[in-house]
Amino acid sequence: MASEAFEEIVETFEFLDDWEDRYRTVIDMGKDMDPLEDALRVPATKVDGCASQVWLVPEIEGEGPTATFRFRGDSDAMIVRGLIAVLKALYSEQTIEQVLAVNASEELGRLGLNDHLSAQRSNGLRAMVERIQQVAAKA
Amino acid sequence: MYDLEKVRADFPILSREVNGKPLVYLDNGASAQKPQVVIDAVTKAYAEEYSNVHRGLHYLSNLATEKYEGVRGIVARFLGAKDEDEIVFTTGTTQGINLVAYSWAMPNLQAGDEIILSVMEHHANIVPWHFLRERQGVVLKWVDVDANGDLDPQKVIDAIGPKTKLVAITQMSNVLGTVVDVKTITQAAHDKGVAVLVDGSQGSVHMPVDVEDIGADFYAITGHKLYGPSGSGAIHIRKERMDEMIPFFGGGDMIREVHKDEITYADPPMKFEAGTPGIVQQIGMGVALEYLMELGMENVAAHEKALTAYARQKLDGLNWLNVQGHSATKGGIFSFTLQGAAHAHDISTVLDKKGVAVRAGHHCAGPLMDHLGVSATCRASFGLYNTTQEVDKLVEALELCHDLFD
Repeated sequence: MASEAFEEIVETFEFLDDWEDRYRTVIDMGKDMDPLEDALRVPATKVDGCASQVWLVPEIEGEGPTATFRFRGDSDAMIVRGLIAVLKALYSEQTIEQVLAVNASEELGRLGLNDHLSAQRSNGLRAMVERIQQVAAKA
Repeated sequence: MYDLEKVRADFPILSREVNGKPLVYLDNGASAQKPQVVIDAVTKAYAEEYSNVHRGLHYLSNLATEKYEGVRGIVARFLGAKDEDEIVFTTGTTQGINLVAYSWAMPNLQAGDEIILSVMEHHANIVPWHFLRERQGVVLKWVDVDANGDLDPQKVIDAIGPKTKLVAITQMSNVLGTVVDVKTITQAAHDKGVAVLVDGSQGSVHMPVDVEDIGADFYAITGHKLYGPSGSGAIHIRKERMDEMIPFFGGGDMIREVHKDEITYADPPMKFEAGTPGIVQQIGMGVALEYLMELGMENVAAHEKALTAYARQKLDGLNWLNVQGHSATKGGIFSFTLQGAAHAHDISTVLDKKGVAVRAGHHCAGPLMDHLGVSATCRASFGLYNTTQEVDKLVEALELCHDLFD
């Protein structure tokens, strides 16, 4: 079981059989997500190696393995932005311990979206997941 | 008569599916697919005719050399060159232009000398000249395109000054599809004693080329866009310019004699071809060019012209699509963005799901992207096997994008 928020997305996706509807849902999730303000779209928050631009602002409340992890993120590409919203459901409001236990590729596979995490894709999502894991490991 | 169905049957990859949909391959500007004759020639070269070239006196080496050297004559015929010794083999246009930069421009240009470029050049025809700017103080002068994406030959000619040594210009933009009047530019440049390099990467694929008619000093082509293997290519260099060039690549094959304190070089074109070349790639390119000449480049051009007109009419009908470049000369290369927030990568991702392969990005044309004020576009680029039905599939997939991203 992943986070509650993510399991809700999985449930929604169970009713969507074609990729068009899944993409539409993902894109809509991106549209509904609060955009990252320009002041936070800086080199320090930018995730490297992306064809489209991706930013990640992590936030940790508390200390140790039970600290709460949150992040805000954004992209200039709409599908990637939507996928960031999916990752947010997967990772946000989780403890550091839980974050480190997440297998993002497996979870996104449940949505049929794991191809976006493959090494061949330069959309920045893979780099974003790696950055999240790094930040959590250091917490 | 151009038998499109038969042509398509020559390309085995066109019958495959991608993401459960029939492949609609519209990324020809990046690289073209290969006909069966090229695939067979490559296989046969390795299976039956392979050895190093210009080396042994044994049967296979002679056979491979004969096949490989035979390609020089094929390239000369394809380009309308009068002498096959003016054809230097390369790995593609990038190497061809770098060869000119290192072998001709570096020893012949001084600080303050100028090279004229259009703003729509590919990085292959920009970066080697930046080397001269950085290392030797050569000045790069840029000529803009107009709002339609046209390059006025007169603006290029007017930019030529007393310090100008080279005009390096594309025959066809890889982003806008604009075809440039390189002949007029070349004539005027030559009247002023200025050399001309034409980047024929795209131009040679879409129209008949006659380098004698154009008259440029350097005309570079790339095999993989001409339906041949990747890593193949050639550059036509006029004899007078070859005499002004020093070798760039040093190694085997390009020498006459090597001693401890003395070296003499082979005659051109070998002088500029060091090391074991892409033997099989070049043989494959030769077969690809023969294939094109058999089809007739004027027939290929006519087919693509009709296809471009159809695509233009269809794409112009989508009022939420911004197509870059509206030159009357425009060939089958369409770069576009969607109005609204969709990124070029969003569009190419959805198109891919529909089996439509396009390129998304800056297309190795940074200065043009700056000029157009965009960071990335999608590009659909047509080849000799594309159909009006495929244009319809592109339009259908774009309509889905419009619906999804609106």
